[in-house]
Amino acid sequence: MNDAAAPLLDIAGLTVTFGTGARPFVALDHVDLTMQAGEVVGCVGESGSGKTVMALAVMGLVDFPGRVQARHMRFGGRDLLTLSNRERRTIIGKDIAMIFQDPLASLNPCYTVGYQLSETLRIHGTPEERSSGRVRRARALDLLQQVEIPDRETRLGAYPHQLSGGMAQRVMIAMAIACRPRLLIADEPSTALDVTVQAQILELLLRLQRDQGMALLLITHDLAVVAETARRVIVMYAGQQVETGPVPDIFEHPRNPYTQALLAALPEHNLDRTRLRAIPGIVPGPFDRPQGCLFTPRCAYAVARCREQRPELDGPPGRQSRCFFPLDASGRPTNDWSAQASDLADLTSAPR
Amino acid sequence: MPSFLLRRIALIVPTFIGVTLLAFALIHLIPGDPVENLSGERGMDPERRARLLHQFGLDRPLSTQYLDYINQVVHGDLGLSLTTHEPVLREFVTLFPATIELAFFAMLLAMVVGLPAGIIAALKRNTVADYAVMGVSLTGYSMPIFWWALLLILYFSVDLGWTPVSGRIDVLYDVPATTGFMLIDTLRSGDPGAFRSALSHLVLPSIALGTIPLAVIARMTRSSMLEVLREDYVRTARAKGLPYWRVVLVHALRNALIPVVTVIGLQVGLLLSGAILTETIFSWPGVGNWLIHGVQSRDYPVVQGGILLIATVVITVNLIVDLLYGVINPRIRHG
Amino acid sequence: MAEAVELAADALDLPPVPGRLRETWTSYARSRGALIGLALVVALIVLAIGADVIAPHPPNEQYRDFTLTPPIWKEGGTSRFILGTDPVGRDMLSRLIHGTRLSLMIGVISVAISLSLGVLLGLLAGYLRGLTETVIMRLMDVMLALPSLLLAIAVVAILGPGLANAMYAIAIVLLPHYVRLTRAAVIAEAGKEYVASSRIAGAGSLRLMFNTILPNCMAPLIVQATLGFSSAILDAAALGFLGLGAQPPTPEWGSMLASALEFIQRAPWVVTFPGLAILVTVLAFNLMGDGLRDALDPRLKQ
Repeated sequence: MNDAAAPLLDIAGLTVTFGTGARPFVALDHVDLTMQAGEVVGCVGESGSGKTVMALAVMGLVDFPGRVQARHMRFGGRDLLTLSNRERRTIIGKDIAMIFQDPLASLNPCYTVGYQLSETLRIHGTPEERSSGRVRRARALDLLQQVEIPDRETRLGAYPHQLSGGMAQRVMIAMAIACRPRLLIADEPSTALDVTVQAQILELLLRLQRDQGMALLLITHDLAVVAETARRVIVMYAGQQVETGPVPDIFEHPRNPYTQALLAALPEHNLDRTRLRAIPGIVPGPFDRPQGCLFTPRCAYAVARCREQRPELDGPPGRQSRCFFPLDASGRPTNDWSAQASDLADLTSAPR
Repeated sequence: MPSFLLRRIALIVPTFIGVTLLAFALIHLIPGDPVENLSGERGMDPERRARLLHQFGLDRPLSTQYLDYINQVVHGDLGLSLTTHEPVLREFVTLFPATIELAFFAMLLAMVVGLPAGIIAALKRNTVADYAVMGVSLTGYSMPIFWWALLLILYFSVDLGWTPVSGRIDVLYDVPATTGFMLIDTLRSGDPGAFRSALSHLVLPSIALGTIPLAVIARMTRSSMLEVLREDYVRTARAKGLPYWRVVLVHALRNALIPVVTVIGLQVGLLLSGAILTETIFSWPGVGNWLIHGVQSRDYPVVQGGILLIATVVITVNLIVDLLYGVINPRIRHG
Repeated sequence: MAEAVELAADALDLPPVPGRLRETWTSYARSRGALIGLALVVALIVLAIGADVIAPHPPNEQYRDFTLTPPIWKEGGTSRFILGTDPVGRDMLSRLIHGTRLSLMIGVISVAISLSLGVLLGLLAGYLRGLTETVIMRLMDVMLALPSLLLAIAVVAILGPGLANAMYAIAIVLLPHYVRLTRAAVIAEAGKEYVASSRIAGAGSLRLMFNTILPNCMAPLIVQATLGFSSAILDAAALGFLGLGAQPPTPEWGSMLASALEFIQRAPWVVTFPGLAILVTVLAFNLMGDGLRDALDPRLKQ
């Protein structure tokens, strides 16, 4: 898995803070991420986990008062942190592309689909694409075909408000792959869409990924999506990385209680029950971060040490967990916790 | 789109009727004898008064009088000025170009300075540049126009002698009034001195009149830009690696301008109000000045006709702006 | 289960009124401009109320030996007339101070008349809909079709020049804005559920309008009322300047300016100070209005 070839994306210790003063808000806390060329990696977490911030940090879209720091952040060998704005603009939109959650809001309402597609080509395309409107138009039609949009000619002249959500997301994908990126970051690409369309969009993304051999970072809160598509997964919680591992191992034998709880909450794992298991509590906001491990208020197995100290990521490379007491192979905690409440207890019988 | 057009036009009809009602009612609401007010004669003998009463149609029922009035208006008869005995409509048409010229340059100035100022203030939010633009703009629309005009005259015309104090052009130039627009007329006359004179006379009044629209446009542009810059599609544009100027001018500005255009259109009414005061101070021979003299000298046909005509202009311009808005905003254009 | 009920109850619990007031104040106080505006307004109110005591001279007393005296910092100035005197020897400072009282009074009366009438019409239009609404709104459209100064002039042309008539004219000019605002707010509120439930509970129309709907429309009205103050003062000054408003010797800033026009070159201070007074006053209310708008706008609450 982690072969000797240099990774496409190599991030270590990525930290993003907002605001100045005594206590800046830590949106992302020392996150590591490596991706090989052509790999599909999933990034999972609830809202507020920092997954989108991470993607924006890679793209260089984190604005003041946000500060991005890292031990290193390299793409294709180039250091992303020290790039000038001009240099960065030669990479993003071209070698690294991103699609966002709400496709209809992410397209400019004043310009046609064709215009917005051609724009990418005009800036990042081949010399013919940059100079010739006809070439751009042909390529735009070709892209629309790749993303399986019917009635391509008409669609080219359509305005975003004339498109459905699924159609708009296909256009976004077309814009993103226009210059054959080596890495595509998809931030909750199907969340805002109708249920029937969600699967189609994901299938499309995966097909394109296979055909073009690009790496795909799939950000989502939906574990089921990730289980079927990704090779590796990182699980995020409140700005921290809490577990990394290959699929399906991470799902069959989660080491971190949070991952286990996420899995337990899946509808598929609750078929035998009358009530869905849910993780009690909510993700801590900027002002109620616990002193110890960030998950303690909601963790079934928390003990005194968890409340006092913050655990580091621990474990063999590629299979790490941020917990003082990682779960054993059958999902049982390795400390002497006592049950917090009755319905937390049966988490141990959860994942399969 | 055609339905949009028709709907908009249909909406102004009742407004227009209302305006005519107001103008019509004016004569009857003014204190004093309508016959005296309309004729300008005081203390007539009863015979003459009866004759004029009949001549003006004041002995007919009000509804008939109103219909007569509408009939006259439609045929362009708005009465005669009591002071000059010229047809009111003709006076208006002669003087209106002067007001248009002034309003045009005022608006031009307001946009040329206001739009970039607002954009820069939005881009450099919370910096000195932003505070400066906002401060100047706030001061701009808190000032009484007539006072600002006087200060400008005091400083630039009297102290520095850079610009003339009043009028549209130096008295020694006699330029044939072909279009009524001094700049065009002087250009056509071929006399560079005349053109320069006309231009220099235009400067201060345009600045005075344009200050408030400038302030409003700058503010509106800034707040609109700030909102648009937060939108998802701007983030997408940046994620596409587009150069900064393109993100701002092509993606953001186009959307930000939509509400600003409406505001610009609404400024027309404000401009005409301001023109009344500005023309008075600068002795600018436009309809504002004409109207004020009419009010001050109780020239009621002028007052009545002036109000009707100016209101018509404002309604028409608002309609045009509305239609333009439909063109710019693709959501309306393409349903 | 009990938890859920408790949570729901919490959500409906609006903070007690003093809490909301304090919250608004904290938002308001965040803006320096708004605080300056407030301070200025308070200062102006103090000047207005205490004009008789604060002003060094009676506003209409003419000192024949001291006509057109320059302000104290210029050559020929005297500490007796700090800001100089006007063409007939009246003390500028005293006239300006009394003018403050006049302007604030104009603002209060015009806005009060306009606001009460406007809210009433807006409530009727927004709540009753149908023909009432159409008639009222068309009337407002006609009024808005005329540039504000023009409308004011038309009204004054009918009523005759004078301070009181100028106030009525200004009230009429401001009216459509309040009517529109109230109507829009009422329509938005009337669609909400609490109105339907009040109606089901048996509340009559009038009571519904005033007790239930109106309090929720207060915020934009307060902002517009403050900004309406600025409009009123500017319009009053414009009318005064044109000779259609306050008549001499009333120390209204606009008419003070007009009567001193011919002396502008010889004695610029007679023209500068009244205008400056207008500027400062209008600025103060604009700052306050902006501050209130930002403080009361729920969207901006972070």
